Amino acid sequence: MILLELFFTFFKIGALTFGGGYAMIPFVREQVLAHGWLTEEELLNMIAVSESTPGPIAVNMATFVGSNEAGILGSILATLGVVLPSFIIILIISALLKNFLKYNGVKAFLSGVRPCVVSLILGTAATLFLSILLGIGNNDFTLNLDILGIIIFAIVVAIATVYKKLKGKKPSPILMIAISACLGMIFYSIPF
Amino acid sequence: MKKSKLILTLFLCFFKIGAFTFGGGYAMLALLENEFVEKKKWLTKDEFLDMLAIAESTPGPIAINSATFIGYKTAGVLGSTFSTLGVVLPSFIIIFIISLFLDKFLTFTIVANAFRGIQACVVYLIGSTGIKLFKQMEKKALPLTIMSVILACMIIFSLFAIKFSSIVFILITGAIGIVSFYAKHNAKEETK
Repeated sequence: MILLELFFTFFKIGALTFGGGYAMIPFVREQVLAHGWLTEEELLNMIAVSESTPGPIAVNMATFVGSNEAGILGSILATLGVVLPSFIIILIISALLKNFLKYNGVKAFLSGVRPCVVSLILGTAATLFLSILLGIGNNDFTLNLDILGIIIFAIVVAIATVYKKLKGKKPSPILMIAISACLGMIFYSIPF
Repeated sequence: MKKSKLILTLFLCFFKIGAFTFGGGYAMLALLENEFVEKKKWLTKDEFLDMLAIAESTPGPIAINSATFIGYKTAGVLGSTFSTLGVVLPSFIIIFIISLFLDKFLTFTIVANAFRGIQACVVYLIGSTGIKLFKQMEKKALPLTIMSVILACMIIFSLFAIKFSSIVFILITGAIGIVSFYAKHNAKEETK
């Protein structure tokens, strides 16, 4: 049943993603693609929408997918699913395990998980680059370049680099999304 | 303060924070600190840092973890329930409304083109987050090995369409962390 499937899938995502924010994207991506709930492009659109609206990406994703698949009830259950694990875990820690961070086992586990999370994020970026911009992946190795996309990507990287040099910090994601939206509107609308 | 009033205050505070923090967890932390450490003084600076460490070491979005933690500290289980509800509600409402209109919105060519540009930008956003985390990572042999092996696996698996859950990566690397910790520990004991 779709409602239970939504709840349990997002419960799993909430229970097993360490690091929050972008660290949750690899799991969310895997699950929504496997269930056929979103395509790669729809997922990227949703990440952009999440970045441009308040709230955690995983929660936004749960609300959106839930609503698409099963209306308001679906979005409530998916959101509840993604929130519940951390809610329960933090309650247990604050009520019972006050010294949680001092346990060696916890430290040891996290020492292995941290570098893994870094590679999951980098790996997601790399596979998205390959599939969205170069058109390869999923056993299909014929290049299908999205030249305009690659140009936009290069412009975005250049702007971020220059901005960082000048201001000493990275531009906000919302600003970058706004710039790339304008570039997309211009580039893809002009017939070359 | 009466308990019901305290809980209402928590709910409203987190609702406000949930409604106005764009850009995810870390952007929210500054607001949380300002609200609860500096203004209300419900948490000390040390408690806040502990909370941050716990939020980072447990699964789930940082916003949810912090709301549950602060809510519990201030007003027990009921406090954490209403804080979590408060922080989730704004984005739930916003994304639910967006989910009803996004598809129709995307049928306009100009909007679809804008989103194609945005997709390139999102690939950059994910990549730059990964690179930032990599820079913060401990550059020791074990974490670097874990990172490169997992990264290579991820890219190869996605190129050849091999289904493999990244949850397994998390569990394996966590186990490696634990084994290496106790191996080191034993080695130290023996040299004593």
